[in-house]
Formats: sequence, structure tokens, C-alpha cells
Amino acid sequence: MAAAGLLGAVATLASRRLLCAPPGAARGRAAVLGPARRFGASARAWRSSEDKVTVHFINRDGDKLTAEGKIGDSLLDVVVDSNLDIDGFGACEGTLACSTCHLIFEDQIFKKLDAVTDEEMDMLDLAYGLTETSRLGCQICLKKFMNNMTVRVPEAVADVRQSIDMSKNS
Amino acid sequence: MGASGGWRGASALRCLRPAGLAGRAWGHGAPWGWAWVGWIPCLLTFLLVSCPGFKRPLSTSERVPRICIVGSGPAGFYTAQHLLKHHKLARVDIYEKLPVPFGLVRFGVAPDHPEVKNVINTFTQTAQSDRCSYYGNVTVGKDVTVEELQQAYHAVVLSYGAEDNRILGIPGENLSGVYSARAFVGWYNGLPENRDLKPDLSSKTVLVLGQGNVALDVARILLTPLDLLRKTDITEGSLAAIASSKVKRVWLVGRRGPLQVAFTIKELREMVNLPGARPILDPADFAGLRDAIKDVPRPRKRLTELMIKTALEKPGEKEAKIWASATREWGLKFLRSPLEILPTADGKRARGIRMAVTRLEGSGESATAVPTGEVEELECGLILSSIGYRSLPLGSSVPFDRKHGIIPNHLGRVQGVPGLYCSGWVKRGPTGVIITTMNDSFDTAQSVLEDLQAGMLNVSNTKEGFESVRSILQSRGVHPVSFSDWEKIDAAEVARGQLAGKPREKIVDPQEMLQLIGLAPFHSVSLKGKTLYSVLFFKPNERK
Ligand SMILES: Cc1cc2nc3c(=O)[nH]c(=O)nc-3n(C[C@H](O)[C@H](O)[C@H](O)COP(=O)(O)OP(=O)(O)OC[C@H]3O[C@@H](n4cnc5c(N)ncnc54)[C@H](O)[C@@H]3O)c2cc1C
Ligand SMILES: NC(=O)c1ccc[n+]([C@@H]2O[C@H](COP(=O)([O-])OP(=O)(O)OC[C@H]3O[C@@H](n4cnc5c(N)ncnc54)[C@H](OP(=O)(O)O)[C@@H]3O)[C@@H](O)[C@H]2O)c1
Ligand code: FES
Repeated sequence: MAAAGLLGAVATLASRRLLCAPPGAARGRAAVLGPARRFGASARAWRSSEDKVTVHFINRDGDKLTAEGKIGDSLLDVVVDSNLDIDGFGACEGTLACSTCHLIFEDQIFKKLDAVTDEEMDMLDLAYGLTETSRLGCQICLKKFMNNMTVRVPEAVADVRQSIDMSKNS
Repeated sequence: MGASGGWRGASALRCLRPAGLAGRAWGHGAPWGWAWVGWIPCLLTFLLVSCPGFKRPLSTSERVPRICIVGSGPAGFYTAQHLLKHHKLARVDIYEKLPVPFGLVRFGVAPDHPEVKNVINTFTQTAQSDRCSYYGNVTVGKDVTVEELQQAYHAVVLSYGAEDNRILGIPGENLSGVYSARAFVGWYNGLPENRDLKPDLSSKTVLVLGQGNVALDVARILLTPLDLLRKTDITEGSLAAIASSKVKRVWLVGRRGPLQVAFTIKELREMVNLPGARPILDPADFAGLRDAIKDVPRPRKRLTELMIKTALEKPGEKEAKIWASATREWGLKFLRSPLEILPTADGKRARGIRMAVTRLEGSGESATAVPTGEVEELECGLILSSIGYRSLPLGSSVPFDRKHGIIPNHLGRVQGVPGLYCSGWVKRGPTGVIITTMNDSFDTAQSVLEDLQAGMLNVSNTKEGFESVRSILQSRGVHPVSFSDWEKIDAAEVARGQLAGKPREKIVDPQEMLQLIGLAPFHSVSLKGKTLYSVLFFKPNERK
């Protein structure tokens, strides 16, 4: 139903986005722009399809979600644009203020990610289920080498009961 | 407010439009020759709904779980979000004491942390779902009781947060010049009950008791340069008061040591980098700590390292520059437990504090502070007690654990009261950031879903939801504020803010809010005048 879709991926259309800047440019607050969605759409038109990167997400319930993004998009953008159903993801809309975009990376990909800033580390410290290869999805921008990578959504709920979904009943 | 009738109509109409998931499924498989068959139930529903006489027997509505949530903070909204998302039919009504929604996101989160408030966008989406309604200006326990809500709904979730604060229980606590950080925060954030606090900011030194994030929030607001504060949604009145503040130094006092501070690293880093202010940390407090943190978990380790670095190392160029030109300062004092607030000679105001010097017994997070017998006095005219918030019981029918200040529960199910649930600070106690509250609210929603699935909430027994609460409220002269009413208030605040070059200018008087949405006469009285007003002016049919 429309409402279910609406409430699916938590981050919203109004989402402020981190435009992945060239290395060295400011991230986080300063890089957060206003309603970048329209701008993003038109800017995309001239980008070639080679700029696409496929990412697999292993959701909390073990489901695999696959989505495509453009080089330079953040993983938060990918989740929002593809309307991926990850509970609570991206609550602060990419402004380094919530840690709900916490993702766990494969070792070999993790090593190649841009260095983590103190500010991202500070927020990660509050994340649930922190691991050695954890990063915040809103701070990671797609690059070619990430094509087909798999990232894992950490188990967030303190209580590990089987989650119930009655949205598929009628 | 006709919410129910409106909803039925809307849902029937929506199913006439092959949109969303249903639309996509058709596009994939169903040959169009047969697709029209799928329209039959929709058409029937539409006909039933459009013919007035047939409104009642709408088949699905018989099994619609009606769930009520008390409180519109993060706990209320995240519980609602999870329920709506994972149950296709559930209808959720959120009741809120204040006219305006979002709890501590609006009235707690510091004005200079606008990014934290982005969660409001998600909450707004939830509120705009056609299966969710918001009823502000309704105090549960007073305007409508929990029992009445239980009559009207299949399940009631209590998410009413922590409205009070812990008290020190020491002599002098009520002297003028002593405030709870809760009231101080409420004042600068425009919480109606604290709008007239008018704290006396003429003291040069301020003492904040407690070393949690709220303590850092109030310290930062007192020390932040005016030009930065001006661009936030801090209220006009508090900005004016802070503009003439004499405060130069803020001490944050903890009864335990540096390894037990309750604040988090992001907030500490903000203090260290605060323009115009310099940290005053006693190197002796931090010497030798490096060894102690070798094996502690990463968050505590990094937090302590930042304190050690700030206290013991030569500052970097940027920090050195800020600190050299700083006109204000802040510092941490450890191992001091408050004993008495000292009065001025006339006995009216606070002039200082007497504290017991403590030592730690045990180590790590669970170390306790024990008085050494030594005492220390400190002069200061403004004392903010930031030792934690506190939840209050909600009437005699809801169990309450006074010792822990929570509603006793198991995974959000209130002990001994089937159909009653809780989430957020009132479930867990007044600690944890929004993501903590989100996770525990999802947990509670999960318990509700489990109980629905297990048949423990009797949904075959139709409940009227707001339809029956409406008449109760009407008979008591209470006029709920809808979410679209809030959107009008929101727009007015944003427009006022624009004039002042800030994101919004909060309306701090609930009466003014009600006037703005036509719920109160312009010459009106206090909120308590609701009943009188309802007789004189209120025309229920005028509003949604
Ligand atoms: C000063 C302060 C600053 C904070 N800053 C941050 C931050 O920057 N980042 C972060 O992640 N977390 C922050 N937090 C923590 C965060 O605010 C809490 O985790 C969260 O708000 C708790 O949610 P809640 O819904 O349980 O309570 P609340 O947010 O308090 O919501 C409870 C709601 O219930 C309503 N209510 C109360 N009684 C009744 C009644 N009888 N009937 C109807 N409604 C009622 C209240 O008016 C309120 O709207 C802060 C907390 C404080 C105190
Ligand atoms: N920016 C943010 O993310 C942000 C901002 C504000 C609030 N919050 C969150 O909101 C929650 C509430 O914050 P809070 O600061 O109110 O609570 P808190 O984190 O529990 O801190 C309370 C402080 O008061 C002290 N204290 C308690 N009782 C005392 C007593 N009788 N005498 C002296 N000191 C006493 C505690 O010391 P002991 O440890 O010794 O008890 C502790 O230092 C926290 O989880 C916080 O992280 C987050
Ligand atoms: S979305 Fe909040 S920190 Fe990434």
C-alpha cells in the first residue's frame, strides 16, 4: 500500500544529502546541502551508465537487498533513492548526528575506504553492534571498486526476537 | 473530526488507483484481460463507502487494530512508525499534552543542533499517513483517562517521557539562583511551562551539577557567542537574556572521576572547539589515566583520550588561537558531591555551594563515590542542577516503579495490564539518545505485533478509537489540535523566524498557538479557560 511504501525507508524525500566531494573537501555539516534532489536528477542525466555501482545490503532479517547508485552518491542516497526497506536508516539525513546509517563492510573493501574523520568516529562510538569494519553509510561515497560489494546492516534491536511483519497479510 | 469516515473513503479511492505495490504486481503478471476481476472488491468497497447507509459493514474495518499512543516524542513516533509499517491495517492515534508535537526533539535538543532535529521529517511522514492521526492539547490522565483510552482502543502505548527532574535533596535547593537544568533547557527552547523562568544571569561563575550531555548543553548555550546563537531557533526572550548575561566561567561538577563522566565525545569535542571559550582542566586529574584506559571499550577510551589530550598536551594551532583570545572558560571538577547550597546574608539567594570531597570505591563504570570527610566551598550565584530527568506516574491504574522511575514492563508490555504497553524514557528511564529510544520503541511495537498475531488483543471486538474519545473530550471542553493545525503553527513559526534570520521563532504561549489555529478567541484567557471558551465560541463542525 502507498502508506507502507511511504513508511519504508526512513530517510525522506526532503533528505539533505551529502554531496560526495573530492578528497579533502569538507564533509558532514558543511557539505550538507538543501533540496539537492532535483539538482541531483538533472545532473545525473549527463552521467553515463558506466558510473553505476551495484551494492548488496544484508538487512537485519538476513534478506538481501540489491540497489544501484551513481559514483559519488553516498550509501544513504542509495538507500533513499531505491527506497530500500531498512528500519530507521538515516534518521539525521546524513548530517553525522545519529549513527542509524551504520553499516558493516567486507574487509577488503573497508581497507580501501577513505580515511575516517574524528567526527564520524565520534558518532560511530554511539552505534549499536560496532565492529572493526563499521562505517557510517552517509559518509561513504560510491566508487568504482565498490561495485558488487556487500554491506551488512547491524543487528540493532537489543532483543533478538524474530521480527513480525503483518504488512503482507490482507 | 470525522477521521474514521474520511479514512474509509480515502482507502477505497486509493484502491481504485493501481498504484504502489499492487500496481506493480499487476504490471508484472496479470494479463489485462483478467485484471479487471481484481477491481471487483475495490469497486464494491467503494460503493459501500460512498452510499451513506452502507458505511458500517465495511468488512476490513472489523479487524482493524486501533492503537493509541500517549506522547508524541521520539518514542511515540517511532512506535507508531513501526506499527504502521509492519501492520497493513492498524490505525494509530497519537495523543499529546502540548498543542505541538515531537517532545524533547523540539523542547530538549539544543537549538544549535538543528541536524538532530531532522528526525522531525520522518515523524511528519508518519503523521501524514492516512492511518495515523495526531491529537495535541490532550493531557492523558486529566482530559481523558488511561482506562477510557483502553475502552476505546485495542492497545494503548504509553510513551510520555520524563517530565520532571531528579532532585538533589540538599538544603538550599529551592533558593533563588538555583534551577534545574530541565527548566533551564525548557526556557531556552520555548517549553510553555518554563517560558517565564527568567533565570538570573548576573553571576560571573556558574556551577552545573552533573556531567552528562544535558550539563554540556546548558554550559554550551551559556558560553556560545551570541552571533552563533542568534542564527538558531533559540527563543527571542532567552536570546535577549543571554545577550546581557555576565557569565564568564562554567564549572561542570561530577561526584565521580574522569572515567565516569556521562557525556559523549561528540559533545565534548564541541566544547573543546567552542569559539570564544577555553577549557580549564586540572592536569592532575588526568595524569596516569592513559594506563587505566588501555582495555576499556572504544567509546570510553576515545572520550578519555580527548580529555587527556585537552588537559595535558600542547594545543594545536587552531585551538591555541581560540583559547588565547577566549573571553570565557569552562572546566570539569571531579570527586565533589553537593552538600548544601549556601544562602546570601539575607537568606534569599544562592551565593555558593558546599561540596563533599569524595574518593572512588571500585573502578570503571560501576565505581561509587564515598565522602572522604573533607569539604570544599565554592562561590557562585547561579547553580544548575543537571542530575537527570524523572518520569511521573500516570494515575492509579498504571503500575509505576518509583525506585527506578519507570513503568514496570517486560519488553514493553506493562506488567499485569494486558493491552497496555510502554516505550521510550518512561519504559527505560531517562537516559539514551534518539537512536536508543528508536530501538526500544521498535521493540515495544514488535511486542504489540506479536500479541496481535497471537490473538491476545481481541480485534474482532470492534473499537471506536477516537470516535468515542472525541465525545469524552467534548464533554470536558477539550479541543484537540490536529496535525494540520500543527502545520499551520509550524508555518507561522518559520515565517516569524525568517524575519529574524533564524530557522523559526517558536511560539511559547500555548494560548497564542490555539488562537492561530482558531481554537481560542483572541482576547482569551489561560489554557484553563478551555471550558468557558468551548461554551462561548467553539463550533465543533467547523473543524476537521
Ligand atoms: C536536554 C536534552 C537534550 C537532548 N539532546 C539530544 C540530542 O542532541 N541527540 C539525541 O540523540 N538525543 C538527545 N536527547 C535525548 C532524546 O531527547 C530522548 O532520547 C528522547 O526524546 C526520549 O523520547 P521519549 O519519546 O521517550 O520522551 P519525550 O521526547 O520527552 O516525549 C514525551 C512526550 O509525551 C508528552 N506527554 C507527557 N505527558 C503526557 C500526558 N499525560 N499526556 C499526553 N502527552 C504527554 C510530552 O509532552 C512529550 O511530547 C536529549 C535529551 C534532553 C533532555
Ligand atoms: N547531544 C546529545 O546527544 C544529548 C544531549 C543531551 C542529552 N542527551 C542524552 O539524554 C540523556 C539524559 O542526559 P542527562 O545529562 O540528563 O543524564 P545523564 O547522562 O544520566 O547524566 C546525569 C549526571 O548527573 C550525575 N548525577 C546523578 N545524580 C547525582 C547526584 N545525586 N549528585 C551529583 N551528581 C549526580 C551523574 O553522575 P553519576 O554518573 O555519578 O550518577 C551524571 O554525571 C543521556 O542519555 C544523554 O546522552 C544527549
Ligand atoms: S544518517 Fe545520521 S549519521 Fe549518517
